[in-house]
Order: sequence, then structure tokens, then C-alpha cells
Amino acid sequence: MTPLLSVEDLCIGFGKGPDVVRNVGFEVMPGQTLALVGESGSGKTVTCRAILRILPRIAQIRDGRITLNGRSGGLELTALKERRMRDIRGDAVSMIFQEPMRSLSPLHKIGNQVSEVLWLHKNMRERDAKRIVLEKFERVGFPDPERAYESYPFEMSGGMRQRAMIAMAMVSQPDLLIADEPTTALDVTTQAQVLGLMKELQAETGMAMILVTHDLGVVANMAEQVVVMNRGRVMEAGSADALLSAPAHPYTQQLFDAAPAIPGEPELAPPLEQDDLILQLNAVSKTYTMRSQSMWKPDLMIHACRGVDLNLPRGKTLAIVGESGSGKTTAARIALGAEPPDAGGEVLFRAHPDGDPIAVHKMDRAARIAFQKQAQMVFQDPYSSLSPRMRILDALTEPLDIHRIGTAAERRDMAAERLRAVGMNPDMLQRYPHAFSGGQRQRLSIARAMMLDPALIVCDEPTSALDVSVQEQILTLLEDIRDEMNLSYLFISHDLAVVARIADEVAVMRQGLVVEQAPPETLFYNPQHPYTKALIAAQPEPDIDRPIDLKLVAQGAGSPESWPEAFRFSNTVIPSLTQLEPGHKVRCHV
Amino acid sequence: MTRLPDGRYVDDAPFDPAANIQELERKDLDAPGWLLVWRKFRKHKLGLVSGIFLLICYLLLPVAGFIAPYTPNERNSDFLYAPPQSVNLFHEGEFVGPFVYPTVAEADLVTFQWKFVTDKTRVLPLEFFCEASEYNLAGLIPTRTHLFCAPEGATVFLWGSDRLGRDVFSRILYGGQLSLTVGLIGISVSFLLGIGFGSIAGYFGGKIDWTINRLIEILRSLPELPLWLALSAAVPSNWGPVSVFFIISIILGILDWPGLARAVRAKFLSLREEEYVRAAEMMGASSGRVIRKHLLPNFTSHLIASATLSIPAMILGETALSFLGLGLRAPAVSWGVMLNDAQNLASIEIYPWTAIPMLPIIIIVLAFNFLGDGLRDSLDPYAD
Repeated sequence: MTPLLSVEDLCIGFGKGPDVVRNVGFEVMPGQTLALVGESGSGKTVTCRAILRILPRIAQIRDGRITLNGRSGGLELTALKERRMRDIRGDAVSMIFQEPMRSLSPLHKIGNQVSEVLWLHKNMRERDAKRIVLEKFERVGFPDPERAYESYPFEMSGGMRQRAMIAMAMVSQPDLLIADEPTTALDVTTQAQVLGLMKELQAETGMAMILVTHDLGVVANMAEQVVVMNRGRVMEAGSADALLSAPAHPYTQQLFDAAPAIPGEPELAPPLEQDDLILQLNAVSKTYTMRSQSMWKPDLMIHACRGVDLNLPRGKTLAIVGESGSGKTTAARIALGAEPPDAGGEVLFRAHPDGDPIAVHKMDRAARIAFQKQAQMVFQDPYSSLSPRMRILDALTEPLDIHRIGTAAERRDMAAERLRAVGMNPDMLQRYPHAFSGGQRQRLSIARAMMLDPALIVCDEPTSALDVSVQEQILTLLEDIRDEMNLSYLFISHDLAVVARIADEVAVMRQGLVVEQAPPETLFYNPQHPYTKALIAAQPEPDIDRPIDLKLVAQGAGSPESWPEAFRFSNTVIPSLTQLEPGHKVRCHV
Repeated sequence: MTRLPDGRYVDDAPFDPAANIQELERKDLDAPGWLLVWRKFRKHKLGLVSGIFLLICYLLLPVAGFIAPYTPNERNSDFLYAPPQSVNLFHEGEFVGPFVYPTVAEADLVTFQWKFVTDKTRVLPLEFFCEASEYNLAGLIPTRTHLFCAPEGATVFLWGSDRLGRDVFSRILYGGQLSLTVGLIGISVSFLLGIGFGSIAGYFGGKIDWTINRLIEILRSLPELPLWLALSAAVPSNWGPVSVFFIISIILGILDWPGLARAVRAKFLSLREEEYVRAAEMMGASSGRVIRKHLLPNFTSHLIASATLSIPAMILGETALSFLGLGLRAPAVSWGVMLNDAQNLASIEIYPWTAIPMLPIIIIVLAFNFLGDGLRDSLDPYAD
């Protein structure tokens, strides 16, 4: 059988620099899925863009051949004229990009953007094109295709936009679909559904697929063939079955070990002791008012948090898990005093076990300064959390400078010591942040958060922007520091698997409400709430025999009105958080 | 490369699973921001050449009197509207070094014009480091030494002379002193106001932002030229040239700041969302500190580029005002004041060299634009 696409000895370089992709070769069989796996800088995106020749201007294909045996016979894509290449793009080979926010033009209706493919490649009339596009929209799961056709990208959620992108890529019935991290920017339940959809569509049309991803779990669910890349070279390639069951290359092994996983055989855990609480959130609600568009309608109230009660025992980690818009970040901001809760809510912080609590929700200036020394934050994006114009030394000593602690020499010694604590060399002090990698920068932000010897650190998705293997290192570092210095963490995440390893207690949030709360082992041992079940089921496992259970995901990830009777809630009727067993609370009607 | 029995390909180059976390990922970016900007700017040839040219121009300003053979208001009543003279090196095929032929003015009784006849027989070599009329070097040290001056019995009007017999070349050099600095003073005023208002509006937002924005809109909706005219007409006529010069620069600055304030505000709004700013706020930094330590340093490069792009507007503004007779006034010399003499179409037609001051204006404005463009392109050195 001739392969649909074969890539031989591909070498790509930028400008005058060395090759960023070296001697990469693979073959894609018709109807099969090939996964290109690697971390950032591995050259996987450059490789798949080279197939369609949509590389940045300074990049050149220096060597190698790419041959496509599609509907129009064998074609050597690397030698094709630009004009002929344009006929291939979006027709025989189409592509889905990572950012659904940026890959659709905000000025055009979605329907028109998708129909454009048919106008360009099939010379179709508008009416016929619309009919086909509407069929596709229905197929990719738009509840009302007519309305989707007429809407603009910004009116849709990320998942819906990615569905529109899939419809666009599929509408010309391509031989090959290239998907560049199609689900990385999506919530885990949406990811599961989008992956499921792609797989169904593939089975229906018999197209081949190249899936670029960093997640071995996604690979196990989707691919027949796998190519593992690192620093522009292929480390290991072969069938998914063999590769996932017994990784042969140490790099593949490393990826495996680093991938966070939900424990396979969880046990019931004892509830956390609640006698020495460092942070208490009592009945915290936050409502934002959004001005309505017309004068006659009442303003819209958005409930970011509704009656959140959380307790963080000293020296422990409390994780808040939820999708984007679930209110987890708002809860963290209120806990840090960056925003006041609605009246009636209370945030209490005890820096010392026997000291008086600081009422974070109504701090005066002096209390705020005292509180800021005790509570620090680690941010999500390591690339924007350090000022590019400040040397590492200045960035690290800034908190001391603000609170006027110590002399310059003492501050410098402190900074050096903290750098060592996060595993970096003190000669880095004179350097600038942009020379560092994402993982190193996240270490630096952790060092900065530690400068004031805080008691509490709020971690806002500290690893979600990092590669898997770096994520593993940062989580280990956070655990070590916590145990060494008796820190308490409030850990915000969208990823249950990450939380599974670091948290002592997990609160799952949906639409501003905590729907289930328990120690992680208990949560995985006995998940009760349909949304928790969906989150657990949607987590892709790097094991070919444990595919995602899409039914469970669809049921829990839908709107709260569609949940089973016992858990259902609407804007007016909200069941209360009920204790099922010691330390395990679920929001349900009893 | 190894093939496993199940058909798998495995790379066998040595692989170190514990890649060193001390290693810098981007060694090329390990430098202060200004150095990275410079490295990138260096590749922008047009901007670099313009920058060097402007630097030389500004360095020459204090010694303009030394280079000029005449002082700005020195009259040669025998040589009104003398055409440009050339400096020659060869006389009758023989090298003699730089010299001029003397010219004599003769009245043409048919056209009633002065005709300047060159006497091609007499060779009068230029004098170097010679004594001539007195001027103040760098505005401070009185001296009589010039780089070159006209030999006894001849003139050296490289670009001709004007209606009062003053040397256009020397006046352009002196005019540069005012025309080039007016932009700098104006931009400082505009910077102070623009950064102040823009950063306050951008950082605090809310009502303050609203008020400042409306103020900017009102200022921008005023027609610029009449406002200039009105403001400069209000300058008392008995003020000395220096005070008029300062007032004019300040007026230009006051009318220029709204544009800059808007740019600053927009940049602040986007920088505010950066996590390092939020981090500083969470550490307890005051707003003044956040603006000073985090926002401004990350913004200076943008400020410098937008300043470079607004200086030409200032220079052109001064020229326009002086051209209309409402800016600087004689005896001050600026390019605009010189062009004031070229208002009359007839005189340009007959004595085209009186319009020569347009050339330095065009060249300087272009150079500033190229420089600003180059700077703007190299502002973000962190991107690839």
C-alpha cells in the first residue's frame, strides 16, 4: 500500500542558524492517524507547517522531500509551484490550528469563512455551498446550524470555535487533516468531546490525520502511529501500541514518567484536620454587574462565586479545580485581598497558629501591608511575570525593597539563597529574564514569592504554560519547598491530574459553586458528582486500553439543568453542599 | 539508528535525560534591553545612517560659528543677491588648492538688476584658520577664528547671498542652532505633559481617565494653525529673540502632548495587564513605584521612538510660524526666518538660492523619520 504522505530526510532552518529540524522522516497511510509528539522547541509544528509550506518567511526547507499521493496522483510538495500549492491547501490537505481565538477572522461571519473553502476550490455557488456547510455544522455538533452560520467568532465559546474550525477543515473532504495541538487551549471536558468528534469524522470520511500534540494521553486515544520528536530530531517512531506499552527511547520514557496521571487504584483518605486553619473563606460570593445593551433591559448579574466556604489547614495544599469561567481565579483573588467579596462574605487569615486573624475582606492600610508580607502569589505565565527590564537580582529583591527590609548586601545574600533553594545558580542574579526558559522563569517567580518568607502562597495554574517534563520538576520543587518551610498553598488548576499529586484537599467548582469537595484520593475513589466524574473521565490516559468514556464526559460537562435530578441546579434552586462521608462533600439534593 | 523487531525506529544518539536546568536557553538574549535594541537597530541601515547624520548635525551646532565664514547678520552691501560661488581647485589646468575668483557687481541698465561678473584671471586662495568677524563659540567663548574665510578683495558666498547681502550658507549654519533645538525643547515639554497625563489616565482609569481623555479630545479638535498664530501673536513684541524662542518651543510642546499622552495611555493599559505589574501590586508596591519601576522602563523605548517621530513636526511647526512672520523674528536666525525672505514668488524665480534653506529642513525631517522608523522596528528585541 502506498503511503498518502511521505516525508523523507526533512531539514529546516531559520535564517543562517543551524537546522531546527534535522533528517525527519515518516509516512502517513490513508485513513490512519499519525501523532507528532514533542515538547516546545522540538520542531513538531515547523515540520507539519512545512508540509503545507506555510513556514515563516525566514525559514527555509534545506533538504528532503515531501510527497503526497492524494486524489490528484503523486505530487512532490517541496518542488511544487506556489500557485499549485494554493490548490492543495484547504482542499486535499487542510489544517486546524491551536488557538481557536485567533484562527478565525473576527470580521466575517463563521458561515462565510467556512463556505469560502468551497467557493475557492470547488467554484460552488453560494446556495449550494451554504447547504453543504450547514450539513457539516450539524455534523460537528452545532445545535442550531443556521444560527451558527450567521454568527461571528466572538459570539462563540472556544470549544464551539474549534468545532467551526473542524467544519472548515472538513468541508472540502480532504485526504489529509493536519491538526496542530487542536485541543491544547480547551478545557479538558471540551477537549475530550472535540477529540471524540475528530475520531468519528475520520471514521466516516476515511481521511488520514496528522495530530501534533505534547500529551501522550491524547496520542493513546487517537493515533495508530507515533513519532516522538526532541530538538528537531526523531527520537522514536512506530506503532502507538508498541511505543506506548514499552517505550524504547529514554526520552519517550521521560515523557511517560513526567505525565501527571490520576491514580489508578485510589483509596479512601481520612479527612483533613481542621483545627489550625491558616485561611478561611466563609460564604464568599462575588457578583459582577454587566451593563445591559439596551436601556430597557435590566443589568446582567454575573455570579463569579456563590457562597464559597473553604478552609485551608496550615502546611497543607488546597486545590480549586474547574474549567475557565468557573470562578476559581476570582476565589483566589478574593482570598488574596485583591478584590473584596460581596457583603456578608468573610476571609480570615491567621499568620501564626495563636495570633489574631487578619480579616482580609476589610483590611486597612497597615493590615494590608502586614498581610502582603505573609501571602504571595505565583502566576500562570512565566513569560510575563518577570519584568523584562529588571535584572534577576532587582526582581528578586523588589519585595524586600518595597517593605524596606535589610541592607542591599543582606538583600543580595537572601536572593542568592532563595535562588539556590529553587535549584538555580546564584550567578544568575545579574542576568535578564528573557535569557531563561519557561521552566527556569517559573523557578525565578517561585523564588521571588519566597523572598518575604510568606506563610501562604497562592499558585494560579503555575504549570499550565509549561512542558510536561518541566511541569513535573516544578511540582516537585513546590512540594519540597512546602514541606521544608511549612508553607500552605492555595492551588488553582484546571487539571485534575496535576492536582492529584500535590493537593491535600480538592474543591471542584462549576459556575461559581463548589460542587464537590474531598481529599483527592477520596475524590478519585468515590466521585459522586456528575461533573467530577466527567472531569476524571475526560482526562486522557497514556494507555491504549483506557480510552476516554465520552458518554460520561458529555453527561457531566453539559449544563447543570441536564444533570440527574439529585444534582440539578438552576439560577434559583441550588442544592446545598452535603456531607456524604467524613471530609467528602457533594452538592446534591438529599 | 536501530530498528526494533516490532518495526519501531529508535534514535541511538546519546541522550541526557537530566538536561541541565542551569543552562541558559537564549544566550543571545542575555543582555540589558538597550543593548538588544542596539543590536537590532544596527541592522536597520537607513535608520543607522540617519542617526549618525543627525548626531553629527547636533555635534556641529555649537561650532557652527567656526565653520561659517561670516556671522549671520554681517552685511555686504555691495553684494545683494549675489549668486552662489564655486570653490575651485584647478586654475588653467594647474592645481593651486582651494581658491575663489573674485566677483564684481555691475548694474545692468536694461533689466535694472545687479549682474555679478566673475574675474577668471585672478586666483585668490581661501584662507584657513583665519581671523574675521567676532562670534561666540558655543555661545560662550568670544573668538574671531574661522575655519576658512574669504581672501582679501573677494567674497565666499557658497550658496549665494540674500536681499541684504548676508551669506546664505553661514546663515543656514546659524539657523540650524535654533531650528534644530526648538524641536528638542518642544519635545521635552510635550514629553513631560504627555507622560504625566497619559500615565495617570492609563494607570488609574475611571473618572480621571475620562476627564483626561475629554481634555485631549478638546485640544485635538482645535484647529492647530490658527491656535499657533493666536498664541504666538500674544507674545509681546518687545521680548528678546531668546525669550521668543523659548516661548515658541513651549507653545509647540503644549500643542503636541495630546498625541503622546494617548500613546502612553494605550501602552499603559496593555502593560498594566502584564503579570509582573500585578505581581508588584500584590507585593504591596505603591502606584508611584509601579509606574516608575515597572511601567516606564518597559515603555521608554516606545517613548523614544515616538519622540523621534514628533521632532520633525516641531521643526516644521517652527518653520511654518517663522515663515508667516509670527515665530522667531530678526535678528534671530532660523530656517523659517530665512524662508520668510523667500515668500515672494518673483524673488524665488530670479534668486532661486534664497529658497535653499528648504533643503536642510527636508533632509533633517527625513532623517528623523528614518531614525524613528528604525527605532520603532527594533523596539521589541525579545521577539524573534
